[in-house]
Amino acid sequence: MPRVVVDVMLKPEILDPQGQAVANALPRLGVGDVASVRIGRRIEIEFTGEPDLDRAREIADKLLANPVIEDFTVRLVEADETADARS
Amino acid sequence: MTARVGVVTFPGSLDDGDAARAVRIAGAEPVRLWHGDPDLHGVDAVVLPGGFSYGDYLRCGAIARFAPVMETIVDAAQGGLPVLGICNGFQILCEAHLLPGALTRNQHLHFRNRDQVLRIESAGTAWTNAFQPGQEVLIPVKNGEGCYVADTATLDQLEAEGRVVARYVGGNPNGSQRDIAAIANAAGNVVGIMPHPEHAVEALTGPSLDGLGFFTSVLKHLVGAPA
Repeated sequence: MPRVVVDVMLKPEILDPQGQAVANALPRLGVGDVASVRIGRRIEIEFTGEPDLDRAREIADKLLANPVIEDFTVRLVEADETADARS
Repeated sequence: MTARVGVVTFPGSLDDGDAARAVRIAGAEPVRLWHGDPDLHGVDAVVLPGGFSYGDYLRCGAIARFAPVMETIVDAAQGGLPVLGICNGFQILCEAHLLPGALTRNQHLHFRNRDQVLRIESAGTAWTNAFQPGQEVLIPVKNGEGCYVADTATLDQLEAEGRVVARYVGGNPNGSQRDIAAIANAAGNVVGIMPHPEHAVEALTGPSLDGLGFFTSVLKHLVGAPA
């Protein structure tokens, strides 16, 4: 069954201290060419019937994301795609 | 007649017992409300206590907002019911859109737990009318996600309308914009505060008795005494 994937990211103007902490740790791995890291959340939704993107958008807007501080995108992922596939 | 102040317990609430105790010490009757019960049992005001409702899953307060009791509280608050959200309760009020803005991870990423001086900026709300404007109070702060953020227009509006209720003094514990520790809705009946007034109501356990003023304020408000 295809799934709907919702990606939630902090808005660009909102400080992401988690991402900054990760970025600050990278030099300890010997990585020196990363300018910034921002951390978001990926949510996979399986509907009982056909995937409903409009419904997923409503879910994202009301619950999964807080529009005051976060943006989200909604997209369909086919069943045979691996969980980490990116569109 | 003794005022009846409801204290909601969500799964993961932590400070509901202390909040109920503060209500009692202030001279009101605490009424325990359950997240799954939409009935407010005729209370005159509601406290949303601190803690980690629903494990802080997704975002702090995001799931609690949809609890059956919250649907009733949102309607009642829009009708003027005094509601105080403390810490996680503040986060729930923002998620429920009863208050603008959002609470995000402390800028320094550390959980901050200390006694904190606040300046009461607005004594015109249902929960702060026992204070003098500009009065400084000492109450504990303890949060990991207490950094208040909102867009500039919202912040300017809050300031212009006197809805910044309290600010941190002597160091901002979480990076909140404009040192905001507490805000109110336009009508002044809904207040969200990040520090914990319910932990500063007894000499034995608190750094001061300053927190009591928030609870005596609502009693004054309910009997219609001038602020």
